[in-house]
Amino acid sequence: MDPITLLTVVVLAVFVGFEVVSKVSSTLHTPLMSGANAIHGIILIGAIIVAGQTLEPWLLAVALLAVVLATANLVGGFVVTDRMLKMFAPRKPAGADPKDAKK
Amino acid sequence: MSLLTPEWTGLLYLIAAVCFILALRGLSSPKTARRGNLIGAAGALLAVITVFLSARIENIPFILIAIAVGSAIAAPISRRVEMTQMPQLVALFNGVGGGAAALVAVLELGSSDSLGSKVAVVFTMLIGAVSFSGSAVTVGKLQGLISSRPLIFPGLAIVMGGVVLAALIAGGFVVATGAAGWAIALLVLGLLVGALLVLPVGGADVPIVISLLNAFTGLAVAASGIVLGNLLLVVAGTLVGASGTILTRAMASAMGRGVSGILFGAFKGGSTAGSTTQSDRPVRSSNAEDVAVLLNYAQRVVIVPGYGLAVAQGQHTIAELATTLEARGVEVVFAIHPVAGRMPGHMNVLLAEANVPYEALKEMAEVNPEFKNTDVALVVGANDVVNPAAKTSPGSPIYGMPILDVGEARQVVFLKRSMRPGFAGIENELLYDPKTTLLFGDAKDSLTKVLGAVNAL
Repeated sequence: MDPITLLTVVVLAVFVGFEVVSKVSSTLHTPLMSGANAIHGIILIGAIIVAGQTLEPWLLAVALLAVVLATANLVGGFVVTDRMLKMFAPRKPAGADPKDAKK
Repeated sequence: MSLLTPEWTGLLYLIAAVCFILALRGLSSPKTARRGNLIGAAGALLAVITVFLSARIENIPFILIAIAVGSAIAAPISRRVEMTQMPQLVALFNGVGGGAAALVAVLELGSSDSLGSKVAVVFTMLIGAVSFSGSAVTVGKLQGLISSRPLIFPGLAIVMGGVVLAALIAGGFVVATGAAGWAIALLVLGLLVGALLVLPVGGADVPIVISLLNAFTGLAVAASGIVLGNLLLVVAGTLVGASGTILTRAMASAMGRGVSGILFGAFKGGSTAGSTTQSDRPVRSSNAEDVAVLLNYAQRVVIVPGYGLAVAQGQHTIAELATTLEARGVEVVFAIHPVAGRMPGHMNVLLAEANVPYEALKEMAEVNPEFKNTDVALVVGANDVVNPAAKTSPGSPIYGMPILDVGEARQVVFLKRSMRPGFAGIENELLYDPKTTLLFGDAKDSLTKVLGAVNAL
């Protein structure tokens, strides 16, 4: 790919990242870390591509290991984040019925 | 077989990238956060489907099995694991992501021809390996498999310097020759760098390290995106790298020092002082009834939760205690130190689980001036974040970290498991203060007893 295009994308993504994350309230820093953690599990795409292009059994084994690890990162990351965020679900202020919390 | 043209592929990846941005954006408010995360997951799913349809992919059955295995391992663990073990889990997932990136880079080595892409391959291998072993050590520290105290040996700085230099040389050879032997050497050296980087970091700084390694993995993913010419990986990796950097800096400044000071403080031979053994000095320990009286007749109580509360799973009990006290006309607020617990925002998550309203949670800057007008500061399972050594003892490892000034309150009550110092291993002078009362025991047991005693009054 054209190096300048790549550089453009990288620089813009850095700015988007800074911009978006600096608005995150400190209350949600744990889910932020966990959510960002899930997003880099998208390396799964890379793992699938290399696994799909190799015919050598040993290399395939390494690539499949990468697929397993990346899937664990991706799936686990989103599930954990969802579990955390479930606890922040909107609820009525102080003294709300505890039944509201779960849904 | 490729069903999708490159244009469609690019478009679908763009949608996935937007989903990731929306996922992070959703976190700006608790109201939209969960939906945002689901959008992110949908984006990931879309991207995975797209990759199968866009490129020539062989071995599909094997790949699908590998995906099933990965999901079957990760999903049940993530569902079942205790809230207290979240930090370990996040570190673990971060580590395997870094490992995956490093492996992908190894396999891309053969097919990358340009200098730029070879450098990116080397970068990914190195950073991925650092992230993998660094996260593994972090998990070990959090899980108590490795001592949470800084592990330092003489000549550490020299060993570290040597290993980094060797890694750079190996990286140079990988770029020049592309030989598998050098690539393996590079991976091994990367693993060593990661371990040496995290071992000397003190327990209290572990949350920052998790966040930093998270940023590292992001950068490794972005670099592997450059190698593969995959813009989605570039964007997602860069986003994570940028967000991890911001979060790391925010946390470091919450602790009053620079990121480099945390990582390399131990290398400078800085003391782990403060562990001066004064533990035989007298303390005032008390029983639940006395604590209940103190709380019940106070006008204003500030609760300072820490990791001990999380370990004991006492969040529901403390929420109930707060509600009970409020019903009796006591003003109760929770003071949240930015690095209380083992993750940034750990206490917010914990108390949210127990339905404590956000309004009752006060940040450090807001609550510190109010301690003067506070009758009782109730410290539950926290230590380092209220340790005045951060202000008074320049030799202490936590010196300079902003703390919650509980010492300014008229009475201080510590619920502690034992006199053992906190995660950072530093003695707390406040425990010996005449206005301090200690109630020993598991945080949840103690809280249950105090709650019972308050109800009996």
